[in-house]
Amino acid sequence: MATETLTLGKALNTGLRRALENDPKVVIMGEDVGKLGGVFRITDGLQKDFGDQRVIDTPLAESGIIGTAVGLAIRGFRPVCEIQFDGFVYPAYDQIVSQVAKMHYRSQGKVRIPMVIRIPFGGGIGAVEHHSESPEAYFAHTAGLKVVSCANPQDAYVMIQQAIASDDPIVFLEPKRRYWEKGPVDLEAPIADAYPLHSARVVRPGTDATVLAYGPMVRTALDAATAAAEDGRELEVIDLRTLSPLDLTAVYESVRRTGRCVVVHEAPGNLGLGSEIAARITEECFYSLESPVLRVTGFDTPYPAARVEEEYLPDLDRVLDAVDRTFGW
Amino acid sequence: MAKGDPGAAARSKRAAPRTRRAAAAGEPELVQLLTPEGERIETALGPDGTEYRVDFTDEEYRGLYRDLVLVRKLDAEATALQRQGELGLWASLLGQEAAQVGSGRALRTQDMAFPTYREHGVLYCRGIDPIMPLGLFRGVDQGGWDPNEFKFNMYTIVIGAQTLHATGYAMGVAMDGKTGGEDGEAVIAYFGDGATSQGDVNESFVWASVFNAPLVFFCQNNQYAISEPLERQTRVPLYRRAGGFGFPGVRVDGNDVLASYAVTRHALDNARNGQGPSLIEAYTYRMGAHTTSDDPTRYRIASEVEAWQAKDPIARMKAFLTKQKIADESFFTEVDEQARTESVHLRERVLAMPDPQPVSMFDHVYPNGSPELDEQRARFSQYMESFEGSAH
Ligand SMILES: Cc1ncc(C[n+]2csc(CCOP(=O)(O)OP(=O)(O)O)c2C)c(N)n1
Repeated sequence: MATETLTLGKALNTGLRRALENDPKVVIMGEDVGKLGGVFRITDGLQKDFGDQRVIDTPLAESGIIGTAVGLAIRGFRPVCEIQFDGFVYPAYDQIVSQVAKMHYRSQGKVRIPMVIRIPFGGGIGAVEHHSESPEAYFAHTAGLKVVSCANPQDAYVMIQQAIASDDPIVFLEPKRRYWEKGPVDLEAPIADAYPLHSARVVRPGTDATVLAYGPMVRTALDAATAAAEDGRELEVIDLRTLSPLDLTAVYESVRRTGRCVVVHEAPGNLGLGSEIAARITEECFYSLESPVLRVTGFDTPYPAARVEEEYLPDLDRVLDAVDRTFGW
Repeated sequence: MAKGDPGAAARSKRAAPRTRRAAAAGEPELVQLLTPEGERIETALGPDGTEYRVDFTDEEYRGLYRDLVLVRKLDAEATALQRQGELGLWASLLGQEAAQVGSGRALRTQDMAFPTYREHGVLYCRGIDPIMPLGLFRGVDQGGWDPNEFKFNMYTIVIGAQTLHATGYAMGVAMDGKTGGEDGEAVIAYFGDGATSQGDVNESFVWASVFNAPLVFFCQNNQYAISEPLERQTRVPLYRRAGGFGFPGVRVDGNDVLASYAVTRHALDNARNGQGPSLIEAYTYRMGAHTTSDDPTRYRIASEVEAWQAKDPIARMKAFLTKQKIADESFFTEVDEQARTESVHLRERVLAMPDPQPVSMFDHVYPNGSPELDEQRARFSQYMESFEGSAH
C-alpha cells in the first residue's frame, strides 16, 4: 500500500493530478490556477505538466467561469472550476442555480453537466471579509446539484477524483483552514470501490451521544470527543461528507443507539443544514430520543472581523456545552 | 476618409452602382443586399471593408422565401393558440424572420447554436419539428428536442446566460482541434438588444476574445426589451461594442434575408477558420408584442410600427422574386397553401399533446439518481395510487 503523509491541500492536488492523467477531457479552470497554482496552491504544478489547455487561467469573472464551463461540459469536457474564495461565488450563483443545476432536468436527461465547482470555504484563517463564508445551504437547497465536503487528506484525495468522475454537477467544499493539516493518504485507494462519494462515515465510535459534523468542524468534533472521553463520556462522531443528498442512514442508526445528538457547523444556524438534520432525526427517531437534537453553529450575523472569529466559530467548548445540555433533559 | 465614416457611401468614388458601402438610406452603417423595394444590391461593404455578396440559384431564392413564409405562419398559429388558452405564453418572432432564417440557413450541419426563447425560425432551419418549443410554452415539457442531435441547445429564459455556454462550447471546439478549413465547426449565440446590458454577455465577449473562440455573437436588435427602448440599454451602436473587446462588429439589415445570410456565413467561416469571434447586430423590429402577456400600445406609437411595416422581410423578397421572374403567382399560392396545411397540422398536434404523468417530475433531476429523491418519488407514487379507482 502506497501510503504517504500529505496535507489536505497536497492530497487535493494529487487527486486533481490523477484526474487529469486518467481522463483527457478533464480541464481545470479558474482565476490564478495556472502559473500561480491557485491562491492556496491546490493546483500547484498542474499547468506546468498538463499545459494551459488543460489548466486554464481564466479572466476575472465568476459567472464567466461557471457559464463557459457549462458550454465545455455540453461539448463533452469535464470542467473542474475553482472559485477562489467562498465569498466570490455569488456572481456565479445565477449560473450555478439556474443553469448548472437544471440542464439535465430540462433536457430530460439528454444534456449532462459533469462539472465540479471547488470552493475553499469556512473561516478560521484570519482573513478579511468575503473570505470566510459558509454558503453550503444555498447550494444544498437547490435540486440538481450535489454538495460534498471533505474533512481529511484521505477523503480529499479520493473524493475529488470521485466528484470529477461523477456525471452529477458537484459543489465541492474544501475546508480551507484544514488545508495544512496532515494525514495518511493511500495513493492506490481505488476510486470506484472506495467509500462512495455520497455516504456519511462514523469517524469515532461511541455510545453516549452522537455528534454530527462535516468539513472543518469534523476535527473540532473529534477534539471534543477526546475531551469528553476524559470525563467518561463516549461520543460517536459522524462525518457527514455529503450535504446534498444527506446520508442519514448511519445517523439514524447511531441516534437510535445513543438517544442524543448534536449537529455542528460553522454556517449561521438560521435555516442552516443543522435545522434540516434536526427535523429529519426528529421525524425518524422520535421515540429513541432522550433529548432534543441540538445545534452548535455560527451566529446569524455576517461573518465577523477576524479578531472575533474565534468567538463566532463553534469550538471544542461550545460543542462540549451542547453535549452537557443534551444530558440535562 | 476614415473607414466606417457614415458619410462615406455618399462621397465615395469607389462605390460602383451595384456596390454599396455599409450605409443603406436612412439607416447608419447597415449591410444590405435587398432593399425594402426588392432591389438587389450586388455587393455591400462592411464597416471594415469586407465585401458581402450572395450567390444563390433560383431554387435557393425560392427556398428562402418558403422558409420565411412558413416560419411566419407557424408563429402566427402559436400566437393564436395562446390567445385561445392552449399555450401559457408565446414569444413571437414576427418581423424577425429574415434575421433568423438568414442566419439559420448560414449554419452548416456541424455548427452549434445557442438560442434565447424566440429563435423559432432558427430552430426550424436546424430541422427540428416546430412543435417542439410549443411543449415548453404549453407547459407539458421543458423543450423536447435533443440539443446534441440537432446542434441547437435548449431555449434559455435567463437573459444572456446562453452566451457564456456558447463561449465555453466554442472553446471546447478549439480545444478539440475542430477549427480550420471547411469542415471546421463554428458556434453561434443568439441574444437581444436588452441582453447586451447583462454581465454574462459582456463576460462572454471578454472570454471569446481572449480565447479566440470560434463564435459568432448574433444580436437581434429588435429595438425593445419588453417595454424599454434601445436607448435604455446603450448610447453606442451595439455592433461597435465589439471593437472594445477586440473583435469585429457589423450591423446588418435584419429584415434582409440575403444580407443576414451573407454576413452570418462570412462570420461563421471566419470563426471556423480560426479567426475568432465576431459580433453581428441584426437591425430589425419586433412587430408584435414582446410576448403574449405584453401590451405594446403602452410604450410605442403606431407610426413607428408602420414605418417598419414598409421594410417587411417577406414583402421585399416577394417583390424581388417577382421582378426577377424567379417565381410567379402559382408559386406564391403554393407556398401559402403549404403554410396553411402545416399550421393546421401543428394546431391538431398541439391540441393532442398529452399532459405529463405527475410522477415524471422526479425524472432526470440527477444523472445517477439520489436516494433521498428516490424515496420521495416512492412516497409520492404511493400517495397517488391511494386515489386509484376513487373519484378523487
Ligand atoms: C436575467 C433576466 N432578467 C429579466 C428577465 C425578464 N425578461 C424576459 S425577456 C426581457 C427583455 C429581453 O429583451 P432583449 O434581450 O432585447 O430580447 P427580446 O425579447 O427583445 O428578443 C426581460 C426583461 C429575464 N428573463 N432574465
